[in-house]
Amino acid sequence: MKIAITATGTDLSADVDPRFGRASYILVVDSETLDVEVIDNAANKDAFKGAGIQAAAAVSEKGAQVLLTGFCGPNAFKTLDAANIKVANDVSGTVQSAVERFKAGEYTFSSAANTEGHW
Amino acid sequence: MIISIASGKGGTGKTTVAANLAASLNQPVTVLDCDVEEPNLHLFLHPEIQSREKVIAPVPEIDLDRCTFCKKCMDICRFNAIAVTANTVVTFPELCHSCGGCTVICPENAVTEKERILGTVETGTVPLPDMNFGQGLLDIGQVMVPPVIRQVKSHRAPDQGITLIDAPPGTSCPVIAAMKDTDFVILVTEPTPFGLNDLKLAVETVRLLNIPHGLIINRAGMGDDAVYAYAKDKNLPVLMEIPYDKAIAQAYSKGDLIISQQEDYKEKFQTLYKKICFLADSEKCAP
Repeated sequence: MKIAITATGTDLSADVDPRFGRASYILVVDSETLDVEVIDNAANKDAFKGAGIQAAAAVSEKGAQVLLTGFCGPNAFKTLDAANIKVANDVSGTVQSAVERFKAGEYTFSSAANTEGHW
Repeated sequence: MIISIASGKGGTGKTTVAANLAASLNQPVTVLDCDVEEPNLHLFLHPEIQSREKVIAPVPEIDLDRCTFCKKCMDICRFNAIAVTANTVVTFPELCHSCGGCTVICPENAVTEKERILGTVETGTVPLPDMNFGQGLLDIGQVMVPPVIRQVKSHRAPDQGITLIDAPPGTSCPVIAAMKDTDFVILVTEPTPFGLNDLKLAVETVRLLNIPHGLIINRAGMGDDAVYAYAKDKNLPVLMEIPYDKAIAQAYSKGDLIISQQEDYKEKFQTLYKKICFLADSEKCAP
């Protein structure tokens, strides 16, 4: 299964970036092989509006089924939900530990956004 | 002749000038409140509203049976109002600026337009001789202001008549929408550091639009002389000064016009209009 995780760097030792739409990178990790595919989110980071929407579309394009992040806003959540991607919020620590905790079943999936939209 | 009244800083007296100028002209006039996020001109002119119309903007609707998920609509949208995922498309009407780009670029004709209501435009007459009135009201939760302003402006007076446009404060899209295609801009400021700071931004904006303009200094006597120095430096004509005066503030607080309490102001506002006619394209002025 492919897991998308927002990250401050490009490998498994990087910290989870608490922001979704404006994360530095989004790592798409294969939960079995731990292969990492890097989405450089630089363009969205400085987006005028709709960063979460674009990031969600990118995660969907990579075929991820799960997203682990800190905060996910309403427009991003709506897009992820439409793409059938499950979201676990309030995730912190390194990307590697997040993957391990996910595999151990420690996260619960959200049914709604956990932060306000930004205007 | 279309005159817009703008300021940069809020609360400098745009509505006071619009209402008193309108009521001082002995000619047919249409006065339009384009501060559609918080219109207040009606408090001074007491219009009788005779018609209401909705402001409608097109937003995209995607036919998923036709869509091939090529993402051209998502890529053309500057405002990220369309998300194409692996197996569906999500639209965000509140982010859409109704440019129509997605409809045009879709190779499968899968994008159609549906209607979204942004607000209301109200029109009517003021119980003063020959005065028509219009105002826009943005719906709560909506952020697309310029289409509402443009629809208010469509109710301007016929060619030879005078139209006064009460613009919103600031220097962003709504103000541009209000000032655009007007024949003259009155900039109302107060002689304070805050008033001057925002006046400078407003002057830069008007000069970009290349519209003749002049200054009214409201609450003259308070603050300092920096606004006067700036006006002189920038060749900005001071058309009128309204003093920092308790009686004027009291009239405002009751929703009264200055001219109904101090008769001599009617002549001062008539002189203001003559100066504007001199500075603007004189052919636009009613005889």
